[in-house]
Amino acid sequence: MILKLEHIYKDYIQGKLTVPVLKDVCLNVDKGEYVAIMGPSGSGKSTLMNIIGCLDRPTSGSYELTGKNVLSLNERQLADVRLHNIGFVFQNFQLLPRMTALDNVALPLIYAGVRKRARRAKAREALIRVGLEDRVTFKPTQLSGGQKQRVAIARAMVNKPDILLADEPTGALDSKSSKQVMELFQKLNDEGVTVIMITHDSGIAGYAKRVVTIFDGELAEQKGENEQ
Amino acid sequence: MLENIRLSFQGIWSHKMRSFLTMLGIIIGIASIISIASTIKGTNEQIKNNLIGSGNNTLSIMIYQQGYPYIIDSWSQPPAGFREVTDEVCDQIRALDSVESVTRYNERQYSESIFYKNTALTNTSVRSIDGDYFETVGYTIRTGRNFIESDFKNFRKVLIVDQTAADNIFGNEDPIGKTIEISKMPFTVVGVVEQSRKFTPNINNLEDYYTYANADTTGYIFMPKASWPIVYQYDEPENVIVKAVSVDDMEAAGKGAEDILNATVSSSQTEFKYKADDVLERAQKLQDMSAATNSQLIWIASISLLVGGIGVMNIMLVSVTERTNEIGLKKAIGARKGSILGQFLTEAAVLTSIGGIIGVASGIGMAQVINKVSGVAVSIDVMISGIAVVFSMLIGIVFGLLPSVKAANLDPIEALRRE
Ligand SMILES: Nc1ncnc2c1ncn2[C@@H]1O[C@H](COP(=O)(O)OP(=O)(O)OP(=O)(O)O)[C@@H](O)[C@H]1O
Ligand SMILES: [Mg+2]
Repeated sequence: MILKLEHIYKDYIQGKLTVPVLKDVCLNVDKGEYVAIMGPSGSGKSTLMNIIGCLDRPTSGSYELTGKNVLSLNERQLADVRLHNIGFVFQNFQLLPRMTALDNVALPLIYAGVRKRARRAKAREALIRVGLEDRVTFKPTQLSGGQKQRVAIARAMVNKPDILLADEPTGALDSKSSKQVMELFQKLNDEGVTVIMITHDSGIAGYAKRVVTIFDGELAEQKGENEQ
Repeated sequence: MLENIRLSFQGIWSHKMRSFLTMLGIIIGIASIISIASTIKGTNEQIKNNLIGSGNNTLSIMIYQQGYPYIIDSWSQPPAGFREVTDEVCDQIRALDSVESVTRYNERQYSESIFYKNTALTNTSVRSIDGDYFETVGYTIRTGRNFIESDFKNFRKVLIVDQTAADNIFGNEDPIGKTIEISKMPFTVVGVVEQSRKFTPNINNLEDYYTYANADTTGYIFMPKASWPIVYQYDEPENVIVKAVSVDDMEAAGKGAEDILNATVSSSQTEFKYKADDVLERAQKLQDMSAATNSQLIWIASISLLVGGIGVMNIMLVSVTERTNEIGLKKAIGARKGSILGQFLTEAAVLTSIGGIIGVASGIGMAQVINKVSGVAVSIDVMISGIAVVFSMLIGIVFGLLPSVKAANLDPIEALRRE
């Protein structure tokens, strides 16, 4: 089991009011799974994703990632977990506008202490994997939405993480680009990468092998239709 | 680190105008400090060069009457107990560790008894000198010849004139072979000397110094020591010039010579005394004075640096806010707090260092302009320039600290949520 969330609660304090956002969430994900998390807006999907991605801490509960109790780690160790174990893909790509595609992809390698030459080679390799070998020196403004998201995926994958976390990865894309991105996720999953993806769109969720729904902070497994 | 520096340059370059305006405070501050420091250093060097033995470490020991130099003329009697300086006394002075060479001379200033072709040379001073004079004071023969052994031995009536006297008396004519009458005795000019090192004093911020530096404009004519009694008095007290081994030895040389000379005078003589020039002291006073006025300016320039630093902090804070997204993303993909802190500190330090370098360059330029326009001497101090650049870097680090800490502490979730 690569990921084990048990009895996760997350409350936000709003003035004197305590707003519960996640309520007793339990989620186990095995290595190599492809999970979609669905739910209406405001249901707590991103909050859950941030906890899984070690960007946020739950109010209570336990969380093990690759057998490690990540809730006991300090800030610096969490940064290292994000660097080596997790790859993030965001709805709005989050590419640095002044850098080329190659430099964007190489960014995590800087923090991993990889030397420049190796960095460029690895980044180029990652861009080849997402089919952008001819866009290496392009800046984000010179790329289409779909291409930008593929650069972001290359960046997420460049440190060979265990889990790919995607928060609405197709939210800003047209259907053709969405399909390309989904095919890419499929390919990465086939290669053994564990994928956890948030989406509104049941069509997009259909690409995943397993779908869980979250409603008002409570998680439920959706059985049947995706099991082939 | 290198990566951070490279990225900083990229960032600075992509916001050229803003970066330049941010640096401006630093540039102005550093430029003012450099130009002021150059002026102080230049002025000090010039004061030193001009006042302290014209750069060859000489100082004169003269007879003083209650604090004022006593000038012997043809109408006054020399003070009791003062006589010619003997060879033995010269040897004693020469034996001092601080002394390189010694010479002695008599002088008549603006003498009315000197004529060239019936014209009185009232602007010329005449000196009798020994064989060590030119060497010690720093004259070299320009044309003609030096005094020789037989000039001294045979009381020859020969003269050597300096460049100023040659120009004043003879104009375009060749001075060699011309006859000058001193107290009705015909003397023949055999040579022209010039000062080996020439200085054109042009310090104008210190009136005292200005007067001093320009006092010495009359020419000199020199005769062999032995010939002096032919035209003036026999066994007349002499002044002494010593050349110290180095600038630092000047005080010791002066004191030493002074003591040896005063020992030759009877102790009952209290009104007159040999006394050495206190040029060193005077130079020091002038240097202190000029440094004091100018270091106040440095304080004012430092305020501009402070303002510059605050400007840097301000822009960095804006930049952190602007780049919230970038910071959030970097943290999300695994950047540690320290990496973010390092990135922003490097950026601030690179920005202000560039400002410092531009400031030093403009300061040097400004110093040259000051020199051209007002004639104040300037001298660039490489060490101060280096310190200035390092100091600007420190300003960047100090004033960049707050914005950098702010960046490092950004919550990545908040940061990423913003568009
Ligand atoms: N920092 C915060 N302080 C207070 N409340 C918060 C904070 N962050 C999120 N919330 C609340 O938590 C709830 C869940 O937010 P979350 O972003 O997880 O929703 P979501 O399911 O991702 O929605 P969407 O589909 O619109 O992205 C929302 O009601 C939101 O208002
Ligand atoms: Mg969301």
